[in-house]
Amino acid sequence: MRVAGFLFLSSGWLIVVAAVVLLKSAALAGFVLTGLVVQMLGLTLVVRTHVLPHGDKR
Amino acid sequence: MLLILLIPLAAAGIALINTGLGRSRNAAHMMLTSLCAMGVAAIVYFAVGFSWQGYLGTAAHVLMIAGKPLDWIATAPFFLRGMPLDGSRASLIALFGMFSVALVAILPLGSGADRWKLSSACISSAILAGFTYPLFAHWAWNGWLAQLGTNYGIGQGFLDSGGAASIQVLGGLTALAVTWVLGPRRGKYTPDRMPLAIPGHQGVYVLFGCFLAWIGWIGLDGAGTILFTSAGSGTVVLVAINATLGALAAALAAAVVTRARYGKPDASLCANGWIAGLVASSAGCAYFRPLAALIIGFIAGALVTYSVEMLELHFTIDDPGGTISVHAVGGIWGILAAGWFTTLPVEENAAAAVARGLTQASQWIAQVAAVATLLGFVLPFSYGIYRLLTRIRPMRVRAEGERKGLDLEELGAGAYPDFMSHNDDLLQR
Repeated sequence: MRVAGFLFLSSGWLIVVAAVVLLKSAALAGFVLTGLVVQMLGLTLVVRTHVLPHGDKR
Repeated sequence: MLLILLIPLAAAGIALINTGLGRSRNAAHMMLTSLCAMGVAAIVYFAVGFSWQGYLGTAAHVLMIAGKPLDWIATAPFFLRGMPLDGSRASLIALFGMFSVALVAILPLGSGADRWKLSSACISSAILAGFTYPLFAHWAWNGWLAQLGTNYGIGQGFLDSGGAASIQVLGGLTALAVTWVLGPRRGKYTPDRMPLAIPGHQGVYVLFGCFLAWIGWIGLDGAGTILFTSAGSGTVVLVAINATLGALAAALAAAVVTRARYGKPDASLCANGWIAGLVASSAGCAYFRPLAALIIGFIAGALVTYSVEMLELHFTIDDPGGTISVHAVGGIWGILAAGWFTTLPVEENAAAAVARGLTQASQWIAQVAAVATLLGFVLPFSYGIYRLLTRIRPMRVRAEGERKGLDLEELGAGAYPDFMSHNDDLLQR
């Protein structure tokens, strides 16, 4: 899941880059927001996989 | 030139804050690591970093996508070869970069405090100065992000005159990667995942660090504005007012929030708020009015108090210096806020931008693209490289070394040999 999270982060970025390079106006904003949502999903996954499990004594 | 010479004060302030917020048994180690990390960063940047960052007008590799150029890396000579070091714009950018990269290098130390080996921190600085910082700084100040306006018609391109993205968020996200790879300090969490308080050992260092950082930030924001925008030297007045108001509002907001939530203002969170205000006001310091800086700073200060608690309590991220909340969260807020609060058009390429229908929304998209780049490139890259490094050679000190303190473990002598320890230094964990 951790690797998937980081892949989501990078994929979201690539969506944003593709949008700003290739699209215009309304479609651009939509794709940029989609890229951000994908990144938020990725960040959530990465954060969750780093939370200490119960019983971990450090 | 004078403004650039103030930047090391920001680094000194951050080093003091990181030291004060750590344990007393690691104080000398933290200061020495800061010096070593800055040294490694500056040397690597001089050797290769600047050649990949470049400056406006230098040769660069360009990808052609849909008939439009995407400028992704500069190709200036290594070791500053052939550059006249005579006060020219290019030489000042090289000096600014050398000081900035030293500042970036010490930001993650606050997160890795009390458990990060000196040698590993130096390797981290080399990676930051040799690759991550130069590449992103190139994108933000003269590469594809800066050219979003001229090449793709998006706002006036990414606006970041004070380095909120290239310096602060980049350092903050690197700190997040470091924290994840190192794990929390021993004894920080109980088996049922409750965090225990490990208070900083020297509040005076922390608060004095804030004063130094304030002066350094005015230099950082002012020099960045003059070097990377078309603004004249008179803009420095606006920049200094914005930086000051941002810091003051943020510290007051942190004081109010902690007073309301805990009954008394929390000194370390107020210090974090102060720096978060400076960070958040950096991105648009040359573009928005002082009232906007006040609002941005106030929100940054309040945000940082909640962020510190959330990271520690819910995400089990042990960040002794508060670096992630201050520099990553505060910086991202500042970058997005610059898109909302900037009075458009800014001077640079104003006529062309207005002619193609410049809007606040399109400017905000340019700012969002930069945030997406930081999250999608800097964080995965830093995390991957530190994971790899710690497999080759553990970045974290051994458990016994962490218990007795890094001063004794790695340096052989403590920072305060004449004073009795009054906290948990001698307890076996």
